[in-house]
Amino acid sequence: MKDKKHGNRTEKIAAVVFALVIWHIAAVIINNSLLLVTPLTVAKRLFYLCFEKDFLKAVSFSFIRIVSGFLLALVTGSVLAVIAGRFRIAQIMLWPFIVAIKSVPVVSFIILCLIWLNAGNLSIFIAFLMVLPIVYTNMLQGIQSTDSKLLEMASLFHVSWLKKLKYIYLPQLKSYIISACSVSIGLSWKAGTAAEVIGIPEGSIGEKLYQAKIYFSSGDLLAWTVVIIAVSIAFEKLFLLFLRHSFQRLERM
Amino acid sequence: MDIVVSNISKSFGTKPVLVDYNAVFHEHQINCLMGPSGCGKTTLLNILMGFIRPDSGTVKGVPRHKSAVFQEDRLCESFNAVSNVRLVCTRKVNNSKIISHLEHIGLKGSLAQPVSELSGGMKRRVAIVRAILAQSDILFLDEPLKGLDEDTKKDVIQYIKAQIQGRTVIMVTHSIEEVKAFGGRLITMGGKDGNGA
Repeated sequence: MKDKKHGNRTEKIAAVVFALVIWHIAAVIINNSLLLVTPLTVAKRLFYLCFEKDFLKAVSFSFIRIVSGFLLALVTGSVLAVIAGRFRIAQIMLWPFIVAIKSVPVVSFIILCLIWLNAGNLSIFIAFLMVLPIVYTNMLQGIQSTDSKLLEMASLFHVSWLKKLKYIYLPQLKSYIISACSVSIGLSWKAGTAAEVIGIPEGSIGEKLYQAKIYFSSGDLLAWTVVIIAVSIAFEKLFLLFLRHSFQRLERM
Repeated sequence: MDIVVSNISKSFGTKPVLVDYNAVFHEHQINCLMGPSGCGKTTLLNILMGFIRPDSGTVKGVPRHKSAVFQEDRLCESFNAVSNVRLVCTRKVNNSKIISHLEHIGLKGSLAQPVSELSGGMKRRVAIVRAILAQSDILFLDEPLKGLDEDTKKDVIQYIKAQIQGRTVIMVTHSIEEVKAFGGRLITMGGKDGNGA
């Protein structure tokens, strides 16, 4: 088992190295730093970026807003799913909103929100909108597939709603919550930074990306992209670890 | 107060399971329901527990506080045995009491494991302790000894008899030996053409 896991990791590292080699060869063949820079140039640029005084400020600006949007959607989506799972009328009334949020292109929302909100808070709202339907749909599906025989057992024994939540609903929802978060964290970063590039809030990663485009700096553009990917993956891993740990603790309590 | 079942009928689709079934279950006694498979024993139990409504007929005298060992164990699989019992207990029942009951019934050494990792017979015993320790005036036992070996069956019968403490018991069984071992009152169900009585 351990060997298989180790083998998978080795394969993945080999695949990444292969992709970097292909990228490097392509950049050398094109030989135009405006169009494509080598991975080495990006690594160098990334190194220098990390020591720039507003690097952490830009990362924390975007991080706080995008993660706030994600967490807000996680809570709102869960609450709405609970209400919709309990009252069918609520599920029907929410249906057009959820379908609209799912179907409308993100760029339409971004432009609309620029009219409603200031650019600084745009990424919170966009991340919220992208995550909300995923969390809502997953949670509702989880609630609706709760074991009815366990619920019958709970009603016979007059189990309180708090105990039902802990013993029946949360273990059932565990995989649905983890799956929703796993999908939506990456999406919230993609949509959030896209919103920042359009809204250009001062001091954000989106602004840095926009500046890289203005100055035709492919190195900066790719370096900031690496930063976004790294922060997004790190947050996803940590958040999922936190969720799994919390569920484990709950089951041991 | 005795539980009186009068002219109960229940069909699932076009298939009648119970037809004008009548019975009296005596208070503070072990009432054993016996009959061939498909004669409606579990359906009757589900009606008495309030999970399904009969098509016609009446049920009188079922106490409010009920507990049960279901045909399936209906345990919270990711939690351990103690947590599963704790779920249905009042605050008066502390963890040490739960542990002593589980250990008494032969689950010592398996208390920390999630129930999903226990064998079928062990899960059955957890379900039995859960039903015993829940505050109730009536116990519904649907084939409580299913999946237990002969030695364990004897221990479990002794345990249940000692812990009933005057509660009314309605038990579904296929074995006359079990009825005798429990010292229960036998109520037979026919089963031909859905005719329960």
